[in-house]
Amino acid sequence: MSTTDWPLWEVFVRSRRGLSHTHAGSLHAPDAAMALRNARDLYTRRSEGISIWVVPSTEITASSPDEKDSFFDPAADKPYRHPTFYEIPEGVRHL
Amino acid sequence: MSPLPASAALALGDDALVLSHRLGEWAGYAPVLEEELALANISLDLLGQARILLSLVGDEDELAYLREERAFRNLQLVEQPRGDFAHTIARQLYFSSYQRLLYEELARGDDALAELASKAVKEVAYHRDHAEHWTLRLGDGTAESHQRMQQGLNALWRYTDEVFEPIEGLSVDWPTLRERWTEQIAHVLQQATLTMPSGPQGDAWTAGGGRQGVHTEPFGRMLAEMQHLHRSHPGAAW
Repeated sequence: MSTTDWPLWEVFVRSRRGLSHTHAGSLHAPDAAMALRNARDLYTRRSEGISIWVVPSTEITASSPDEKDSFFDPAADKPYRHPTFYEIPEGVRHL
Repeated sequence: MSPLPASAALALGDDALVLSHRLGEWAGYAPVLEEELALANISLDLLGQARILLSLVGDEDELAYLREERAFRNLQLVEQPRGDFAHTIARQLYFSSYQRLLYEELARGDDALAELASKAVKEVAYHRDHAEHWTLRLGDGTAESHQRMQQGLNALWRYTDEVFEPIEGLSVDWPTLRERWTEQIAHVLQQATLTMPSGPQGDAWTAGGGRQGVHTEPFGRMLAEMQHLHRSHPGAAW
């Protein structure tokens, strides 16, 4: 048996209620049910999580490093997009 | 709370300890990394159960590392060599199905075992789930995986009679437990397109005697490996 026959899965773990699922790593598994179980054994054995998602790695569309400049650089010089640009009125708490 | 007889804690503790060691033997040999960790996790769950159970009887290290073969009270099923992966899964299916039914019943009791059993039953439920999923995939997989899975089930079947031998000090309805076990195994095997082994049951001769300290040949070699470090370096610690 060789792992090259098994597809790769990306694992997302939510550590507790109220937080979002975070990418934890990847693993090989023959199908989704086994991927979920492998993820449980690989990524939550030290009680890191209360919920797991597994996604076939091939289903993920990633941005290309070649497009990095056009994708991300234009945002760098627009400070007014940050909430710090605005003055916070007095009396507004918890911000 | 009624006290737990040492004989019962010893029988269950030895089952967990010996199977834990057999599963640990997969470290470095499992077919894939993911599966190696899954088996190691199950092994560690069992080791945790063994530590608690043996501590109820005496010093856990002395009991694990300094007893002779004939003083162990584990089932012969758990001491069999790990075999190939399908063989290990067949044993996991047989044993975890039994352990789950037993611990569910013990968790309803009121002795020292009830607390341990109610915690362990969650671990054991996962062990059973793991074994069931693999049985389905191997049985209903390729021609070779099907054949190997069937071989493992057949080879270990003769050790399943002993599993339902009453343990002194436990008030368990053994015939009902056996009936439910047989139903569950039959259900999984049918889904997995495997054949329920038939073989010596009831009055016919079957392997057995583990609970009386009678063990099979491979067990001595396993103990030698498991105990040699502690015996060569008494009191060694990390």
